[in-house]
Amino acid sequence: MPVILQQVSKSFGDVRALNEVGFQVGDGELFGLIGPDGAGKSTLFRIIASLLIPDAGSCMVLGFDVVKQYREVRKLIGYMPGRFSLYMDLSVEENLNFYATVFGTTVRENHDLVREVYRHIEPFRKRPAGKLSGGMKQKLALSCALIHRPRILLLDEPTTGVDAVSRREFWEMLEKIRREGITILVSTPYMDEAELCDRVALMQKGGILEVADPAEMSTREEVPLFALRSSSEVYPYLERIRKQEGCQSAWLFGDELHVTLKSKEYEPLIREEIGRWKEPSLEWVAIAPSIEDRFMRLIRQEQEPDSGHGAGIKYRTDR
Amino acid sequence: MKRFFGFVKKEFQHIFRDVRTLVILFALPVVMIVLFGYVVTNELKDVRIGIWDRSGDQITRDAINKILSSGYFVLAGTLDHEEQIGSLFRSGNAKVVVIFEHGFEKKLMRENRAAVRLVTDASDANSAQLALNYLQGVLAGFFRSLNPDAGLPWEVEIRTRMFYNEEMKGVYMFVPGLMALIMMLISALMTSVTITREKEFGTMELLLASPLKPWEIILGKVTPYVLLSLVNAGSIILLGTLVFNVPVSGSLPLLILECLLYITLALSLGVLISTVAKTQQMAMVFSMLGLLLPTILLSGFIFPVDNMPGILRGLSTIMPARWFIVVVKNVMLKGTGFAFIWKESLILLGMTIFFIMAALRRFNVRLEK
Repeated sequence: MPVILQQVSKSFGDVRALNEVGFQVGDGELFGLIGPDGAGKSTLFRIIASLLIPDAGSCMVLGFDVVKQYREVRKLIGYMPGRFSLYMDLSVEENLNFYATVFGTTVRENHDLVREVYRHIEPFRKRPAGKLSGGMKQKLALSCALIHRPRILLLDEPTTGVDAVSRREFWEMLEKIRREGITILVSTPYMDEAELCDRVALMQKGGILEVADPAEMSTREEVPLFALRSSSEVYPYLERIRKQEGCQSAWLFGDELHVTLKSKEYEPLIREEIGRWKEPSLEWVAIAPSIEDRFMRLIRQEQEPDSGHGAGIKYRTDR
Repeated sequence: MKRFFGFVKKEFQHIFRDVRTLVILFALPVVMIVLFGYVVTNELKDVRIGIWDRSGDQITRDAINKILSSGYFVLAGTLDHEEQIGSLFRSGNAKVVVIFEHGFEKKLMRENRAAVRLVTDASDANSAQLALNYLQGVLAGFFRSLNPDAGLPWEVEIRTRMFYNEEMKGVYMFVPGLMALIMMLISALMTSVTITREKEFGTMELLLASPLKPWEIILGKVTPYVLLSLVNAGSIILLGTLVFNVPVSGSLPLLILECLLYITLALSLGVLISTVAKTQQMAMVFSMLGLLLPTILLSGFIFPVDNMPGILRGLSTIMPARWFIVVVKNVMLKGTGFAFIWKESLILLGMTIFFIMAALRRFNVRLEK
């Protein structure tokens, strides 16, 4: 197991950033950390990258302890921080060369690995990194993180603030890198990206809600799920649905309402009730839960039932 | 080693791409030295002097006319007894008092020697010294013209006395002082700012997550500034020699070695500051208040150390610039060898080692302690 976390906790002053987090990442796995801003993803990355010391618990990377053997860890990881951290005044090429020499290698040596990413930005190789678009910056940062052929790639929200096309391209690249045998740990606030991972850990408020295969995760939802759709605004019905007997929870999901029921028996009652609202544009259907629904419900279980929807989760923007 | 050179190369790229950095590095020293030199050399105009002619004969009257017609001095008043000197200085009406001794002409004719006494208010040390030099020049020229032919030359003894600052030596004070100041500015300020910039822009996070060791990061950041500071030291020495005729009397290699020592010291201070400061602005404030001001005020650059009250004099002993100025004055102006400055050099070396150790200890291999 390349990454093993056990009961990792970390506080900053009074704020508990991580609370007894534990999971393992398998060899060659594309592992996703999914959660809203402030869930503790960046802190977790920094602990794995040996940049922060956990208050409690242990973290092993490729058999090395991140606290005691941080020098070994740093030789083996490729880290891409959440914030763009390359030199804005250096050109694309110079940045890449610099990181290559820092890791005691050359661009040519690992060219075949980086090429797939680098070819997207190669036409701009003389341009200062500060003048690249968001998507190109991320590709450059990925190239720099890959330049020494790390065993593990740590990517902290690599697609945040990147346009939809670049995001898709970015994930295609990750897939290719994984095929090279590099273990990838990636965080994202986007639910649709979770489905591209081998396994995901759902994070919320410094804790792990669940670790599972995303395809399998949605089938774990045994509670029946329904959607209320409308050709006009659907939001005004949220409170009315919540007041219905048998409604377990309801939340805004994109431009529709998703509703879970306490049991299947309540379904006809609610359908009748909606019929009485005399709104022909309303459509009530049973749907298959997605990973997003699973996450929403898990979050809502943690919180009190009526505290808004989604806690900062970003909805799919490109569908 | 390749890693290190790669780092140095990157650092040079930063420097040569930033106009602000370039201006501070190369324009500032030149501007400062020209400015200081210009102000000091041209200050002498209409200096107010007092005259106490105790002899009142033909020669002293001619001498007084000569002084007052030179264009450098104007008469602030004539005196007739000793106490007036102090009151004249305290009121600020005059900077220099010229005293001809009793029976000047008679003594000169009979014994071939006579004395003029020049008393200055040296609380403004540089201008006092300058006024004295001019006065001496004017008087020496005058007496030479009186006695152009052979025979026994007249010996006019010019005794100078500085009030308030008796031991001040050398007008060229500003060159060693400026060297100390500029190298402190460039080395300490620039390194502390460039290291904190990496923290501010998040690039330090990547450097830390790489196999680079702390000393590699520090040395890589610092080396370009060592070279540039040396270039600056050279240009200051060159400017001093060419424009202001400040000689390098002693050994040039020794001078350069001492500069290197002082630069290393300033750089380690810069690194130390960067381990404390979180932003570039903080680093700048720390360097300005913590290093530059004390260097200007307490090193003896502007205010002579001997005139300071006890506490400040004590404080000045921990100012690296104070010892460096002594070293430079000795090597550059007096032409002394290492035997006379080993003590100061040892103090500088000790400080350097101390600051390097402190900086390495404080340098964090992680994002927080």
